[in-house]
Amino acid sequence: MAKEQLAYDEFMKGLWRENPVFVQVLGLCPLLAVTNSAINGLAMGLASFFVLLGSSILVSLFKSYIPKQVRISCFIIIIATFVTVVDYTLAAALPVIHKELGAFIPLIVANCLILGRMEAFASRNTLRMSVADAFGMGAGFLFALVSLGAVREILGVGELFGIALFGANFEPWVIMILPPGGFITLGVMLLYFNWLEEKKNKIDKQLATEDGVN
Amino acid sequence: MGDLGWIFISTLLINNFVLAYFLGLCPFLGVSNKLEVSFRLGLATIFVMVVTALCAWFLNTYVLIHAPYLRLISFIVVIASVVQLIEMAIKKTSPALFRALGIFLPLITTNCAILGLAIFATNKGYGLWEGLVYALGAGMGFTLAIVLMAGMRQEVEKVNAMPKLIRGFAFNLIISGILSMAFMGFAGLFSSS
Repeated sequence: MAKEQLAYDEFMKGLWRENPVFVQVLGLCPLLAVTNSAINGLAMGLASFFVLLGSSILVSLFKSYIPKQVRISCFIIIIATFVTVVDYTLAAALPVIHKELGAFIPLIVANCLILGRMEAFASRNTLRMSVADAFGMGAGFLFALVSLGAVREILGVGELFGIALFGANFEPWVIMILPPGGFITLGVMLLYFNWLEEKKNKIDKQLATEDGVN
Repeated sequence: MGDLGWIFISTLLINNFVLAYFLGLCPFLGVSNKLEVSFRLGLATIFVMVVTALCAWFLNTYVLIHAPYLRLISFIVVIASVVQLIEMAIKKTSPALFRALGIFLPLITTNCAILGLAIFATNKGYGLWEGLVYALGAGMGFTLAIVLMAGMRQEVEKVNAMPKLIRGFAFNLIISGILSMAFMGFAGLFSSS
């Protein structure tokens, strides 16, 4: 029971409390480059999810065999192997999406989020906890990609997952699906998360002082 | 203008690696708080990019035609080790140059801009000279973007009236958005000719 609780806690940590994008601000390259529509964000999120999960499992299984001095290189080679698998699978199964994401699938290797999880978590914890952590972080990244993609697609084209949302009178904000839109949307989302954090801190402080008075 | 010149201008301004492809955002947002430091980081990036283009061309021509599925792994391993070797060589031969660029070299090796350069150059089927010019343009484009960004950030730091909430990453992203919008203007540079 206690173990279940711990694993669940790791999962929620990745998904919300320590969300890799909104709280830790990691993995920005793939995040901004592919999120001009929600479906591309979803595909990229699933691909990164798979790579993160696969390499977490391998790294945590082999952690006692990997020499400390060359661990980073070993992690990168493991990650690169999984990315190659994803790249070739997508090219065979979903050629349209593969073409849309283009060179950004191979670039998952350079995502600092994945290497960061290997170094900070999977190489130090049991298989079970590493899987929970990978699920949480992967889901958090997926959540960020899809929400950013959805906002940009709704404002930039007036559609969500390719379904038109507004009437013919809607004037699309083309800038939102172009590069500047990505920077600005993510900036505004980070502002919102900062605001939430500050509000939470204020409430915590207030509760603490009230406790002191009582 | 010849093909090479066109490749150079296009990667330098129109398809700027940072502002149009979002490559190398980590150093762009992380190290751009001082003008001088970011200029040196830019120079180191140009250097590593040119080395990368050479490595990628060599691997593509002589090794990877036999085993294309090893492309990603071999790019990473070869680029990282060549940069490490050069770093050692510089340390031995020219301490002054090492002090200027050295600390950045290992940092940028696994940067997505470096790997992205190798992959883009391969996808576009560039030869040796085209690849080198492409790398030079991309590196100088990165330097231009990070130096402009550092300049703007230094000015913004002086504004005291800005609320604490907006300082930091969120604001830097919004400045980058505006910078990226300005660079979009270059897209019309060659359309008439």
